[in-house]
Amino acid sequence: MKKDNSPASFGAGQPGHSVRLAVSDLSVLNLSPVTLVLHAGQCAVLEGPSGSGKSLLLRAIADLDPASGAVALDGEDRGALSGPEWRRQVRYFSAEPGWWSERVGDHFTPSDEVSDLLDAFGLPADAMDWTVERASTGEKQRLALVRGMADRPKVLLLDEPTSALDDATAKAVEQQLLARIRGDGAAAIIVTHDEAQAIRIAQRRLAIQDGAVIEVAS
Amino acid sequence: MSYVVLGYWDLALAAILILVNGALSLAFKLGLERRLIISAIRMCVQLGAIGFVLKFVFVQTSPAWTVGLAMVMILLAGREIFARQTTVFTGFWTYGLGTATMMFAATSVLIFALAALVRPEPVYAPRYALPLLGMLLGNTMTGISLGLDGLMRSARRDRFAIEARIALGHSRVEALREPVRDALRTGSMPIVNAMAASGIVSLPGMMTGQILAGVEPVEAVKYQIMIMFLISGATGLGVLMAVAGAAWRLTDERHRLRLDRLRPEDRSG
Repeated sequence: MKKDNSPASFGAGQPGHSVRLAVSDLSVLNLSPVTLVLHAGQCAVLEGPSGSGKSLLLRAIADLDPASGAVALDGEDRGALSGPEWRRQVRYFSAEPGWWSERVGDHFTPSDEVSDLLDAFGLPADAMDWTVERASTGEKQRLALVRGMADRPKVLLLDEPTSALDDATAKAVEQQLLARIRGDGAAAIIVTHDEAQAIRIAQRRLAIQDGAVIEVAS
Repeated sequence: MSYVVLGYWDLALAAILILVNGALSLAFKLGLERRLIISAIRMCVQLGAIGFVLKFVFVQTSPAWTVGLAMVMILLAGREIFARQTTVFTGFWTYGLGTATMMFAATSVLIFALAALVRPEPVYAPRYALPLLGMLLGNTMTGISLGLDGLMRSARRDRFAIEARIALGHSRVEALREPVRDALRTGSMPIVNAMAASGIVSLPGMMTGQILAGVEPVEAVKYQIMIMFLISGATGLGVLMAVAGAAWRLTDERHRLRLDRLRPEDRSG
């Protein structure tokens, strides 16, 4: 099993926490190689203009696209795990969630955690009986959050998770997300174009500028 | 066995029906008249040429000539699979997958048919091997091109659904299960429909040809039933192998969806 010993080029995060996610020289199209470390309970926001490579960076960390460089979780290189094993722990949430069955409930394994998350994100329990068509864009976005968080992945890579929500609902979802991230000792990178949201939720702020990921003052 | 010999004027008379089709296309502005005429001419030239080639090869009764002509037929059918797809792989896989799976399926079933069912003397006799191979290739080619096209279009169209499963930690087999099932159904449907309609809605071409050539209808039917079973077996095997191969190529060892292995352009236009 490979151990990751790569140094963090910036953003050592909260002292005292064990390293959770270490990205080292990850090459993503049009971006300079990215190196960063993210700790348990930490929520980083990633900003940058459209098309700058934010989604591609998250997808590369989740191992959805081939990319050179090293990514490790709790010191274990992702190459030591199969792709599905890695993605059960390091989860990418697309800005445009996909659905493979007509019925919402077909996308979930019923559990208390699903019921709790539905409630936490303001969705009714009978949402499981809906058709996907019947759900609004905002409801689909929240259902995708429930689906992706129910098995408690260690790292959440959230691509504009509240872009289809009104302000009040977005704030409520943010609070739930932060509470879960801290409660589970998970780590998260959230892509947003909403400056106010970034200020509200970010413990660390990352930005893509001139093809490089930099850390900006929180 | 006796049959009515057709003259060239009979063929010319039948060709009037193509002119009628062309006139209809012009009248309704379908824009099909040029393609219709070219296709009709192509058919006459191709069939005329194959008639002479078959006559020559039948006289030789040589395994080398039989295999040589079979390879030409397989390569042309492989080219046709590519031409019928709106979405194709890049590189070797563009032609390689469809041609290789069709060749394996059609020749396996052909060898079974020649060795176990028809048993001609010699077993490679071109009079039996080549027409049987032609029928197997024609139908397997259709099934494989439909199956491959269905899977690859679905991979593009349903990308978000497939990637949602992959992001949740599902394997590539789980993520592509529905698109693969749909593609297998699509590829198998023509032969299933043809078997269901045979004898009621349609009289198959081979059987009709034998009857017109003077073969007893019951004997022609026996050949036709055998052919339908052979075609069904070859199509099922070919479609399964081609779709499984395409699903494997559409993903990688890390269970990622690899749409970058498809040519970027949509060839449906």
